[in-house]
Amino acid sequence: MRSRWRCMRLARLKDHVQKVRSKNAGPFWLTIDIFCGSPEAYEMVIDKLSSKQVAKVFETSEQKLKRFDISDLNVVKFSLPRPEIQGSIRDRDMHGASWAALLSEVEI
Amino acid sequence: MVRVLVPSGALGLNYDKKALQRGILAKPDIIAIDGGSTDSGPSYLGRGVSKYARSSTKIEWAGLMEARAEAGCPLVIGTAGTCGTDSAVDWMLDITREIAAEQGRPVKIALLRSSQDAEYIVQSYASNSVTPLSNAPEIDAETIKGCTNIVALAGVEQITEALETGADIIIAGRTTDTAIIAALPIKQGLNAGAAWHGAKIGECGALCATNPQSGVILIDFDADGFTVTPLADGAHATPHTVSAHMLYENSDPFILYEPGGHLDVTGSKYKALDDTSVRVTGSKWVPSDRYTVKLEGARVAGYQTVVMALLRDEHYVAHAQEWTDDIVAKCSAKAKDRLGLGDDDFTIEIRLIGQTASFGELEKNRTIPTEIGAIGIVTARTEALSEEIGKLLNPYLLHHPLTVEEEVPTFAFLFSPAEMPRGATYEFVLNHTLTLEDPMDAFTLEVHEVG
Repeated sequence: MRSRWRCMRLARLKDHVQKVRSKNAGPFWLTIDIFCGSPEAYEMVIDKLSSKQVAKVFETSEQKLKRFDISDLNVVKFSLPRPEIQGSIRDRDMHGASWAALLSEVEI
Repeated sequence: MVRVLVPSGALGLNYDKKALQRGILAKPDIIAIDGGSTDSGPSYLGRGVSKYARSSTKIEWAGLMEARAEAGCPLVIGTAGTCGTDSAVDWMLDITREIAAEQGRPVKIALLRSSQDAEYIVQSYASNSVTPLSNAPEIDAETIKGCTNIVALAGVEQITEALETGADIIIAGRTTDTAIIAALPIKQGLNAGAAWHGAKIGECGALCATNPQSGVILIDFDADGFTVTPLADGAHATPHTVSAHMLYENSDPFILYEPGGHLDVTGSKYKALDDTSVRVTGSKWVPSDRYTVKLEGARVAGYQTVVMALLRDEHYVAHAQEWTDDIVAKCSAKAKDRLGLGDDDFTIEIRLIGQTASFGELEKNRTIPTEIGAIGIVTARTEALSEEIGKLLNPYLLHHPLTVEEEVPTFAFLFSPAEMPRGATYEFVLNHTLTLEDPMDAFTLEVHEVG
């Protein structure tokens, strides 16, 4: 019983949705699209994934995060100012490609 | 109606030849292709060069010049040579001349130049015509003067001027991705909301459809909306693939700012006409009070040297972070001592590939892998200093022990020499708009007869 509970607690966003994608939106912004794949998964993400939680993953403030819940596409989209400007000395990811992985592993 | 043929999302990414032929037979009014983006980083703008191979660019452009002759319509490239500086426009002109000679076909070429004189931007900044956008870096006159290249992003007004020369081929410097597609429908007085929206959907070619790598799409613009049709075998546009493309590389999926106003797709309706084409209506264009164009600028941020070592010893893999922290501290102290440097003269950073290289402190999923690549990155004021510090870093990455008592370890180097100079590294410093009285104030147009 106890181990089943642990297993449920460890369910991650990626286990429930079709795809999470991240890209630059110009050199100064990042954008992350969660393609939920079904209305059920979309409702679940809306219900369980708070903006506060997402801000915590990226160590940014909730105020800086733009959120779009798009039911027509079953997509939840987040945009945030790039923590490091694209291509600057401290930037580790020129195309913003890996940010999706960080969010997709968040436990919900 | 205006019919725009888009061969692919960017010149250099190739296109499906059979689908392009279908596009030519459909009698397009213009062929439009994007040549660039900031997405590959600041170095291309900083140096004013293309990221794609000249050979690929030439072969694909030759195919489009043939297509233009066959279709009997203008061919336009926006953001020529990745960054759209004057040097990139000249590079593209040079390629075009070669092809025109090889094809034995004279062409009239219009060049739209987008490079900005730093002094002009400094004056515009002083007269409050330069305005920061969201998350823009702090700038002053020195920042602007320090840019190796500054470009302004042209919109439909400047592309329209170029079209009005009657040129066969337009080679445009930096433009918005959408302007080259939206220009002709707007010039013909069609629905501006549909023109900008269709242009945004089409600017990445078939990325708005299934079989996205096939590239070629056709967009028909009219007084109420637009219809998008991918042309390759097995490529289908659906209301979902089309509307989902508004998410792509956009921080806001409903609003898109362009020179002279913004596009609002909140009320857009997407309807499947069959299993391949989608019709979109209800998109709005909202003109702005002032006419503004976006600026991009890049400057040298320093000179870099990279040194890489592989850790395979279990003990060192397990203590890699501790090991690198110690190396950075000791090597930085040595560089200051031996070269008489201060904190602002250089940085040394070591990223652990296989562990935390993607996110550093943000990484919560820390495991111990089989091996780790330790990539040391030196950034310094000058090239010579960067290489010198790279040479100071080399022996640490080769032999640094975790404790003084143990026998001196050795780690795997991939190359000799291990230190790899990367030359200048650039940074984007402008995320601003420039207000113009007349859209052509920051742009120039030239016409060349070739062949």
